[in-house]
Amino acid sequence: MSASPNASAGAAPPAGSTAWTVAGIRRALESRKVSARELTKDYYARIERENPRLNAFLALSPDRAYSQADAIDAKIARGEPLPPLAGVPAALKDVLDTRGTETTAGSRILKGYVPPYDATAIERLDRAGAIFLGKTNCDEFAMGSSNENSAFGPVHNPVALDRVPGGSSGGSAAAVAAGLAVVALGTDTGGSIRQPGALCGVPGMMPTYGRVSRYGLIAFASSLDRIGPFASTVEDVARVLEVIAGRDPLDATSADHPVPSYSAGLDAPVKGLRLGIPAEYFAEGLDPAIRQKIEAGIGLLKQLGCVPTPIAMPHTAYAIPTYYLIATAEASSNLARFDGVRYGLRVPGATLGEMYRKTRGAGFGPEVKRRIMLGTYALSAGYYDAFYLKAQKVRTLIKGDFDRAFQQVDLILTPTSPVTAFRLGERTEDPLAMYLADIYTVTGSLAGVTGISLPCGKVCGTLPVGLQVIGPHFEEGRVLRLARAFEAAGGFEL
Amino acid sequence: MAVEAGCYNFGLAMARATQEASSIPPEVLARYEPVIGLETHVQLKTATKIFCACSARFGDPPNRNTCPVCLGLPGALPVLNRRALELAVKAALALHCTVEERSRFARKNYFYPDLPKGYQISMYELPLATRGWLEIEHDGKTKRIGITRLHLEDDAAKGMHEGFPDSDRNTYIDFNRGGVPLIEIVSEPDIRSPEEAHAYLTALKQILLYTEVSDCNMEEGSLRCDANVSVRRHGEQNFGTKTEVKNLNSFRYLVHALEYEIERQVQTLESGGTIAQETRLWNVAAGRTEPMRSKEYAHDYRYFPEPDLLPVHATKAMLARVRAEMPELPAARRARFVRDYGITPYDAGVLTATRELADYFEQTVRAGAAAKTASNWIQTELLRRLNASGEEIAASRIRPEALAELIALVERGEVTAASGKAIFAKMFETGKPAGRIAAEDGHRQIQDAGEIERACREVIKKNPDQTAKYRAGNEGVFKFLVGQVMRATRGQANPQVVNEALRRLLAAK
Amino acid sequence: MKITREDVLRVAELANLELTESELSTYGAQLASILSYCEKLNELDTKNVEPLAQILESGAAGADKDQAPDGGERQHLRNDAPRDAGIIREVVRRAPDGLDAEPAYFRVPKVIDR
Repeated sequence: MSASPNASAGAAPPAGSTAWTVAGIRRALESRKVSARELTKDYYARIERENPRLNAFLALSPDRAYSQADAIDAKIARGEPLPPLAGVPAALKDVLDTRGTETTAGSRILKGYVPPYDATAIERLDRAGAIFLGKTNCDEFAMGSSNENSAFGPVHNPVALDRVPGGSSGGSAAAVAAGLAVVALGTDTGGSIRQPGALCGVPGMMPTYGRVSRYGLIAFASSLDRIGPFASTVEDVARVLEVIAGRDPLDATSADHPVPSYSAGLDAPVKGLRLGIPAEYFAEGLDPAIRQKIEAGIGLLKQLGCVPTPIAMPHTAYAIPTYYLIATAEASSNLARFDGVRYGLRVPGATLGEMYRKTRGAGFGPEVKRRIMLGTYALSAGYYDAFYLKAQKVRTLIKGDFDRAFQQVDLILTPTSPVTAFRLGERTEDPLAMYLADIYTVTGSLAGVTGISLPCGKVCGTLPVGLQVIGPHFEEGRVLRLARAFEAAGGFEL
Repeated sequence: MAVEAGCYNFGLAMARATQEASSIPPEVLARYEPVIGLETHVQLKTATKIFCACSARFGDPPNRNTCPVCLGLPGALPVLNRRALELAVKAALALHCTVEERSRFARKNYFYPDLPKGYQISMYELPLATRGWLEIEHDGKTKRIGITRLHLEDDAAKGMHEGFPDSDRNTYIDFNRGGVPLIEIVSEPDIRSPEEAHAYLTALKQILLYTEVSDCNMEEGSLRCDANVSVRRHGEQNFGTKTEVKNLNSFRYLVHALEYEIERQVQTLESGGTIAQETRLWNVAAGRTEPMRSKEYAHDYRYFPEPDLLPVHATKAMLARVRAEMPELPAARRARFVRDYGITPYDAGVLTATRELADYFEQTVRAGAAAKTASNWIQTELLRRLNASGEEIAASRIRPEALAELIALVERGEVTAASGKAIFAKMFETGKPAGRIAAEDGHRQIQDAGEIERACREVIKKNPDQTAKYRAGNEGVFKFLVGQVMRATRGQANPQVVNEALRRLLAAK
Repeated sequence: MKITREDVLRVAELANLELTESELSTYGAQLASILSYCEKLNELDTKNVEPLAQILESGAAGADKDQAPDGGERQHLRNDAPRDAGIIREVVRRAPDGLDAEPAYFRVPKVIDR
């Protein structure tokens, strides 16, 4: 894949192409081969063409996008220095608050809701010169692994329209994969960036917990939620991450840890990096075709001088129940604010209680209700210790697996998902079976570590496989460095 | 409807309880010992709310002080107000609590329109501070009441049920108060009478005012009180079943509600009934406690650690900073007043009632007044007049230095004690200095012996008959002659000097 | 694990969710199956394990030095300085039953019961 656009060919690469990159756009803007307005217009034309069959975007924000584009073009005209993401068309998952643009979190209960403020990550992207094309479809309140839980219809995977894009950030992954945006923001609570990244064949990164402010992210599970980027190249993932990362006084759980220039450190050598390969992630349930690709990916990294090392992560099998108990407990509380009083849907009732029950009964979809029920149950009197508290203790053990592993190795490699993109409707009947497919991603979510899913070839000719690279807390730089080496060595097309 | 039926039944039950409670003989009541614990909610004196930068001011136009955080908008997150934490720590230290090295906020989940997030952010398993105490004075004895815990939480918004054209159908919500910082102070069940409860709340309020943790304004809801009440036979070791009585938002209501509730429980037990563990509301108008109509599930608050906030660490630096700004507390100040100023414990108690009054007293002494004299002037003249005018001491036109000047005038004999009071009255009205009022109104005492002698000669000359009578041995007329001199000098002559001069002149013939 | 119809009703009431009869039975069965699966956690002895509520807690991530108990002032607290958000009219205007006036209000069906 070429990192620089063929700018001489016209205003933009041909439709469907993912050839624009952050650096390429910057060069094209600076040399006046294209204006930010033209680029924006071109992306909107693509969206208009492609979105009806993908359903990746829920709302477009042309007013804001063109005003952002004009501000960049004005800077160019005045010869001012350009901000780091100048003119970069971006798609934003609909759980992120955007001032003046409808933000629904994929839910009927927020249909028509327009936030009065920008999320911190959004504000930082805005200041960095990005162009906000619109809001992307997702599972309702980010609860799902297939995007079929959106109140506004599922997203179709660009690589095979009858298949799911993964979830919950399926719209963002699909938008980047289909070339409808150069970069996108998603959120990841139990795999919601990494898994759709894998299923759509684009890199998607979950930063360390606390690395990116959650202010303005409509909460699913507060102790697990992260915001992170999708892009076509590792370099662009790094460029977006270094813009949105860092301490935010509006989020008490955002870390003070300094933010290095991730993009500048990408090409440092990877030779000698010890890569942990946990046997538990290659056990029963993993599609053999995926296993083969992942092993090929590990082989490629070995050729680059990395040192694969078998490690044990003995509590992996307990991650799914741990994750679903903690995430749903927090969600049951986080979603209590949707009560029909101050915003969103209200279904009238004769009494206050009736209004609450009708509003929430009609406003939430089946999966959200199921998770609220599960979380409420896990926290309720008599069950707290057996379920919620027990899960918090096992969370300590799971984190311990990672702490011990990172004493032996620098990074951990696993498949991102045990399956490739499955057919729409194929798995909606059994929620537990759907939850079990999150097995490789929820562990890192619980441990708070960082991870990226990288394209690692395709099976059956079309279906992308994802290789997950997990790093210790705040070691995004190391993860990206390995990812870049993998990309440069052709790992994406294995 | 079920609610209406419940209402009806409660009405009947209440009517009976009221009647019975009022007819309970004192000797029956005396067989029981009340056991009371108080939960006090105190609004902290901060500029902003506990988790957002909105103003915490009282009385602003409804919903003016709101933002994404305190409206519970999707995506908003709380960040703890440093000052709120410091004030809570200050209160904890003043109440001799152990400030926990690590405490944690938790979510208390329930639905109510005044609760925008669907949960209150409070502290549960790891409170900010524990195991303190407070000394109360009652019946001339001091008693220590234990403090179980002290924790931080956010206040609910205000539901407005009356006063709108559609108030029969709708409730209006004002979120200004939502998110204002509170501390909850939970006492041990160490209180044994409504009077002790009153003394506890008085002492608590005094400490919170001294430390400037809160303005304790009960009308504005800055200080609110709930009580846990049970009764048991004297000598019984175990506690009886308790009820929680809410809405005790004045000292008077606290005493009345406790008296009522104690009698109700005794009556119930005496008539062979059992106490239901329940939450009751003090109905001010009806003068009785009534059960709150809540569904049983309402108590399943599903507390869990607040994931949006990290644990609170009471750092050494923060504790040091709070200790540095800790004023001398009422008990210590009382003791010091007795020790250093030689005033009685009673006087020390009066003078330390508020920090402002105690400061006033000490400033008066520092400006040169003798402590006992200053104490008398402040307690008799100043407090009487402040009481009558309903003014705060801070607003008094007589500053401590001015009072010291007046005291000096009286002490030096430049004005009489009677004049001193008149001057004080004028100072209180006008704020003019004592010396000027004394001069302008002619209060200054005549000390000059020559001037007094002249006046005496004049009186002797004008009253030959009385003079003769005195000289003939009628001691009784001396008083009359002194009176004449005083009248001639408009009361300003030093009576001592007048006495001496008059006797000398009359004797000299 | 057995979940009774009453359990489901109680949880739905706590969560203020109106459920249809078919939702009641579906969720009952699904909760039972998911919670039974969750009982797998009982295979682990966690007697001496501390619960983990927040990854950034002191000592948990190890990376956030500022959370050290005596690391001084940086506990991610906010200074007590007021700032006017000025969003109330915008929020009330879009509210389901807001009174977009001065003063602005949110309205709910009459609260008679607490």
